[in-house]
Amino acid sequence: MRKKLLNGPYLAWMLIFAILPLFIVVWYALTAEIGGERSFSAGSLARVFEPIYLRVLWRSLKLAAVSTLLCFFFGYPVALILTSRQFKRRTILVVLIVLPMWMNFLARTYAWLTLLEKNGVINSVLSFLHLPALSILYTDAAVVLGMVYNFLPFMILPIYSVLYKIDHSLIEAAEDLGATPLVTFRRVIFPQSLAGALSGVIMVFMPAMTTFVIPRLLGGGQYTLIGNLIEQQFLTTYDWGFGSALSLFLMALLLVTGALLMRSRGDGEGGLW
Amino acid sequence: MVRRVSSRVYLALVFLFLYAPIAVLMIFSFNSARSRGVWGGFTLDWYAQLFRDRQIMSSLYYTIACAVLASVFATVLGTVAAIGLSGMRGLPRALTAQLVYLPMINPDIVMGLSLMLLFISIKIPLGFLSMLLAHITFCLPFVILSVLPKLKQTQAELYDAALDLGATPLVAYGKVIIPQIRPGIITGFLLAFTMSIDDFVVSFFTTGNGVTNVAITIYAMARRGMNPKINALLTIMFAGVIFLLFIANRRTADAKTRR
Amino acid sequence: MKKNQVCQRSGVFRALLLAALLAAALLPLSACGGGNTETVIVYNWGDYIDQSVLRDFEREYGIHVIYEEFDTNESMYAKIKAGGTAYDVAIPSDYMIKRMIDEDGLIKINMDNIPNYVHIEDRFKNLSYDPLNEYSVPFFWGTVGILFNKTMVDEPVDSWEILWDKKYAKEIFMLDSQRDSIGITLKLLGYSLNSDDADELEAAKAKLIEQMPLVQAYVGDEVKDKMIAGEGAMAVVWSGDALNMMLENEDLDFALPREGTNIWTDAMVIPTTSRNPEAAEKFINYMCETEIAARNCDYINYSTPHREVLAALPEELKEDIRFYPGENDLAMSEYFEDLSAMLPVYDRIWTEVKAVYE
Repeated sequence: MRKKLLNGPYLAWMLIFAILPLFIVVWYALTAEIGGERSFSAGSLARVFEPIYLRVLWRSLKLAAVSTLLCFFFGYPVALILTSRQFKRRTILVVLIVLPMWMNFLARTYAWLTLLEKNGVINSVLSFLHLPALSILYTDAAVVLGMVYNFLPFMILPIYSVLYKIDHSLIEAAEDLGATPLVTFRRVIFPQSLAGALSGVIMVFMPAMTTFVIPRLLGGGQYTLIGNLIEQQFLTTYDWGFGSALSLFLMALLLVTGALLMRSRGDGEGGLW
Repeated sequence: MVRRVSSRVYLALVFLFLYAPIAVLMIFSFNSARSRGVWGGFTLDWYAQLFRDRQIMSSLYYTIACAVLASVFATVLGTVAAIGLSGMRGLPRALTAQLVYLPMINPDIVMGLSLMLLFISIKIPLGFLSMLLAHITFCLPFVILSVLPKLKQTQAELYDAALDLGATPLVAYGKVIIPQIRPGIITGFLLAFTMSIDDFVVSFFTTGNGVTNVAITIYAMARRGMNPKINALLTIMFAGVIFLLFIANRRTADAKTRR
Repeated sequence: MKKNQVCQRSGVFRALLLAALLAAALLPLSACGGGNTETVIVYNWGDYIDQSVLRDFEREYGIHVIYEEFDTNESMYAKIKAGGTAYDVAIPSDYMIKRMIDEDGLIKINMDNIPNYVHIEDRFKNLSYDPLNEYSVPFFWGTVGILFNKTMVDEPVDSWEILWDKKYAKEIFMLDSQRDSIGITLKLLGYSLNSDDADELEAAKAKLIEQMPLVQAYVGDEVKDKMIAGEGAMAVVWSGDALNMMLENEDLDFALPREGTNIWTDAMVIPTTSRNPEAAEKFINYMCETEIAARNCDYINYSTPHREVLAALPEELKEDIRFYPGENDLAMSEYFEDLSAMLPVYDRIWTEVKAVYE
């Protein structure tokens, strides 16, 4: 098949701009600076497994998983509604879903501070309505909210593009055969949309795992997530070896998670889609 | 009917969630006080200052140029790669599939730093080109992950049928496969554009010598307190995009009525 | 329906194409210069200069200024150190200058070309990071202190201890910065903020863990808006920022704790990456011209090391020991030393403090 050759340019690109830099990371992770020269050392990798760092990792995993789940639960219905035939200008709606992300990330996160603060916009509205104040800023809830806000479009879009393509005659056939909308959804629509959902899950989970600005701003820097830890190693401590070791470990973990996800789908041929 | 209404309400709530911070940003661009902590009255002064700020204006230019180029290039390269990938089987496919995620699971800062070291060692001076190359790299997985699920939905028989009917592979792709995966390509393009236009960390390390993007300028400015000039800039960008969408939409509407 | 979809989609593309063309049209407005004109590449903190000064420099010397900004000493250092850039002037802080000198990252400045150096006050010369004044020319200076809201804090603020007062639980903002937060804790305990003694650092860690439940948030730049909006009673901030915040909200006041604090300078240096050190020297000298330094000081509101600019300041400001403390007021205060070897220890302490949170 000539199809395979189509991969050439991509593979070449990745070799230069992804694999080669990865080797630089591996090299830093496996060496330590002794007397001005870097020589082989497993010290950095061993440090990754100290309990305090595993704890940081566990907390990051939890928050990223919760955010991904929430994105799925809130995002899937949006994708479904967008594909229904009640909107003429769907593409515009889809663009409007992504548009907020074209505004600067830092500025948007600052805006969330304005919304969530003790004397912020939301609390002003609540107190005007004589409702109790909302105080979630600087908690896990705020961090999760920040992640959902920032990554939701990454969940909606891939699901939308798959749902959009589902053969409507199948749905009509199911309905003709007397299936309730719920059954049609469960038996016809949902299974076909899984590929898109999986893409979405990956696109949300990965950045949620490595972000460091959201926990710092919305979590009030009260705890360290793996992204913060890595950033700290490169920019504060200058321990590039430990920083690289941490990121290698994180990458390995994410790749294995991905592979397991793929297995669970019984796909067996090595793609996550 | 109930479903229709409730789904519209739901969508409206989601849009409220997505746009509430944007509204805050825009409102504070008219705040005469420098801090978002207080409201000092209405002013257009920040807009005037914005256009006099050459740092912001040049970074705006580089941001848009880089985002357009990177997303177009990544869309083409990524779509071709996705088609190629769908034709692979067995171990090569498994390995390539894992390769796709690489730029995504790499923490930004690691990617930025390692690319910076790479560019320096292969003697690409840090600037617009190096930033563009980096952007294309991190945009690629988003395109591939958007296109692949669509490829899985396409009917391979159609492609084979086209070949049987004498079409060259290129024509068969152009006429049969591409139209079928089009929504995926557009999704991928949009995601790539989105990733590029707002990237800070990777850009910071891969550019240099006076070339900066809006994100870098904003992060640097934040040190002395978020300047409302930034809100003014974002408001204009937002209005600009809405305006372009409106025009594009009008023109397609016109074309339709004429037809 | 189908046709309609296709049209709309190409509409989106058309919109982006339009945007690209628009951007291309903007190019000549923004990214001009180039050609054969001499250039100087300046790397400075964000929003840390009156931009009209750059234009005037270009007019006066015919040298085109390429201006770029960074957000932390650390990221600036990582970038310059890696190479691949050609910055002519950078403006890092003291301890970072020391580090760059030690690693042969800076070029000696020919002070004969900086006649305006005479305007710099003597107390900002011969400092430990550049003892012979060979590499750096001070730009601004300041201290770290406690900004507090007078409507929420009744007692006088004169000690770091108040940041540990349970009365102000969840009203305190600390800096999300290892060196600064550990440093002031060491000061409170009566140690040097450059301590490398394991016991002293252990004591500081315990003290920080004790404080953790009282802290509303460990913050960065966003603290300014927070304090102006009255979101907290106290915050640890830099003196220059404190003055700016007090101008926005008159309930705020600033104090330097009696245990002493960190004193810092940001100074102009020439990295070894420079391709045009002569132009860099011209730029540095220009920044020290009285009229130019005064404009920068007026825009930024940080404390100036320039004798003439200081003399021209309003009486009540230059005699305000909160912003212009004399050498006696700072007897207990210290500059940061470059603690490269100790950084992993500091990092570990900071990670452990943060790990307490549940």
